[in-house]
Amino acid sequence: MNEYLTLSLILFTIGSVGVLVRRNAIVVFMCIELMLNATNLALVSFSRQHGNLDGQVAAFFVMVVAAAEVVVGLAIIVSIYRTRRSISVDDASLLKS
Amino acid sequence: MFDLQWLLIAVPLASGLGLLAWGKEADRFGHLIATAASTFSFVFGVVLFANLLGSDAGDRSHTANLFTWIDAGRFHVDMSFTFDQLSGLFVLLITGVGTLIHVYSIGYMEHDERRRRFFSFLNIFVAAMLTLVLASDYLVLFLGWEGVGLASYLLIGFWQHKDSAAAAAKKAFVVNRVGDVGMALAIMTMFAQFGTSSIAAVNGAITSASGSVATALGLLLLLGACGKSAQVPLQSWLLDAMEGPTPVSALIHAATMVTAGVYLVVRSAGVYDASEAARTAVIVVGLVTLLAGAWIGCTKDDIKKALAGSTMSQIGYMMLAAGLGPAGYAFAIFHLITHGFFKANMFLGAGSVMHGTNDDVNMRHYGALRTAMPITFATFGLGYLAIIGFPGTAGFFSKDKIIEAAFGHSFWVGLGTLIGAGVTAFYMTRLMMMTFFGQKRWLDDVHPHESPRVMTYPLIALGALSVLGGALIFGDWIPDWLAPVVGHAEHNAVSIGSWEVPVWAMTLIITAVAACGVAAGVLLYRSNVAAETPADSSVSVFTRAGRHELYGNAINDAVAVRPTMHLTRFLVWLDAKGVDGLVTGMADRLGDTSQFLRKPQTGHVRSYAATLFGGALVVVLALLAVTLA
Repeated sequence: MNEYLTLSLILFTIGSVGVLVRRNAIVVFMCIELMLNATNLALVSFSRQHGNLDGQVAAFFVMVVAAAEVVVGLAIIVSIYRTRRSISVDDASLLKS
Repeated sequence: MFDLQWLLIAVPLASGLGLLAWGKEADRFGHLIATAASTFSFVFGVVLFANLLGSDAGDRSHTANLFTWIDAGRFHVDMSFTFDQLSGLFVLLITGVGTLIHVYSIGYMEHDERRRRFFSFLNIFVAAMLTLVLASDYLVLFLGWEGVGLASYLLIGFWQHKDSAAAAAKKAFVVNRVGDVGMALAIMTMFAQFGTSSIAAVNGAITSASGSVATALGLLLLLGACGKSAQVPLQSWLLDAMEGPTPVSALIHAATMVTAGVYLVVRSAGVYDASEAARTAVIVVGLVTLLAGAWIGCTKDDIKKALAGSTMSQIGYMMLAAGLGPAGYAFAIFHLITHGFFKANMFLGAGSVMHGTNDDVNMRHYGALRTAMPITFATFGLGYLAIIGFPGTAGFFSKDKIIEAAFGHSFWVGLGTLIGAGVTAFYMTRLMMMTFFGQKRWLDDVHPHESPRVMTYPLIALGALSVLGGALIFGDWIPDWLAPVVGHAEHNAVSIGSWEVPVWAMTLIITAVAACGVAAGVLLYRSNVAAETPADSSVSVFTRAGRHELYGNAINDAVAVRPTMHLTRFLVWLDAKGVDGLVTGMADRLGDTSQFLRKPQTGHVRSYAATLFGGALVVVLALLAVTLA
């Protein structure tokens, strides 16, 4: 059981470090997905351990939301790329005058 | 008949307001409407007065109640007017002199493009002044009181393009406000003490009130009277008020409005009868003003200002007479009426002289005008004889009576009035000599000429009244006539030591003193009058003081204006530094804090993410710490 949780922890850490250090918006996006899936893994593991379905149901919800988020997020990244010819997140700082 | 007395006020008021509203179309005939309105009031006033003359002595006071003006709890004020012996005389004086001045102004203001407005203001003045004298409640009187103040303000500043006129109007208004405070406080005191401000009720109830109430009321009313009548210490506005057109000076600042203070004191006879202290204050104010005004009149080279000083002085006589109590009330009113005639006459004469000399007011540029303007000279001469008290003229009777009554009251007060009479004769002779006699000192482009008939006819009428007005005293008519309103008491016999001076001797003494004044004036100003005003440094200290109006303005500056300015500046500073400082300071500190807080907002997504993770980490650690502990 602990192995699953360790894997989940490792995946989550990789994801969060990726979000913090990478500049490419696509990679940041993938890292976020990685964090979501690490969480899903943890939820499913706990669900199995405790013998009820709550965690699995939550994991399904996360998947649905993640799918919707991908749609919106990718659309934003594409349109940013179209206007600015760059997908570096550091370049997209227009709110700071 | 007497129920319609409100028409006296309503007609000129409607005409005045109507002319203002009508607009340019009325320019051609506005002055005629205004004059007709004033004439109507005069004719109607004469009819009412004739009715009064014809009725029984006990049935000569007619009160007409128009409507309830204010009815709030215990406070009840009726819009009611009283036509009695006293207000009847005033109605005749105001509308009579007023109408003559309307007629005169048709000629005087002919070339002024705002003549319609001028006549509208004159009408409003007549209406307000009639409200003042007809009112049977102090609050209604106050309405007229403020109305004449407004009209005076509008007319002094009529030539508002001149800075001096605008400033003079403002000064008159502000100084009058000081007096009005006294009036307002007096009315409040009446209400607090008696629960009413009706003139009859207050003067009736005052005898049962304590002496201090009567004294307080008397002093407060005197303050109001000082403001309106230009008495010391509120005298400074009158000389500046000469900036207005000359008919205004004649109507408002000589014949009628400035006498409102005397009217107020006489109308409040009950209050003053009940307080010896208040009467003494009135006498002191009158005596000081009559001497100060005469002093100023001796030194001014501006013909209108010399006459204004004389007006102050003559009103001082009336005030003094009113302060003598029942022995003097009737004489105050008598002198007020004769003064209304001869002073209006002389002011209009001065206006006629100015009309012929391109509006020059400096008497040093006149000289020998008697040949150039014979009618003005003749009528002005009649006014002159009246004011110096030449035997047989109106002023002779009215001033003699006051001086005798003053001697009857106290030797020193009488001596003051006697000296005043001598100085009056001197300064009026000086004015006459400088204007109509001596050699020509005309400026190069001035060609003096007689004024048109529309101006000289009113002069002739007023000149005749200046002589004939004295007839009011024959057979003690005026004291008897006014006795039911203000009471009457024979003044004490005049006595010096144990020697009782007979009346004919008093008359002789007064006339002799006046003759001395005339002689001095003739000797000093017969010839060799300098064409330019001598510099301040070359004249005596007395002349200098008179020219500066006895430093009245400097005193006002030091006592009132400058401390007020300092207070204002302090308050402005307090507002800017204190109140504004607090408010803007708070905003500034808020801004500084925001500036500090905006530093972490870098705009980089990754720094926000780091903050987010850092926060989450802190929460997790905190939870762990709590769980493990």
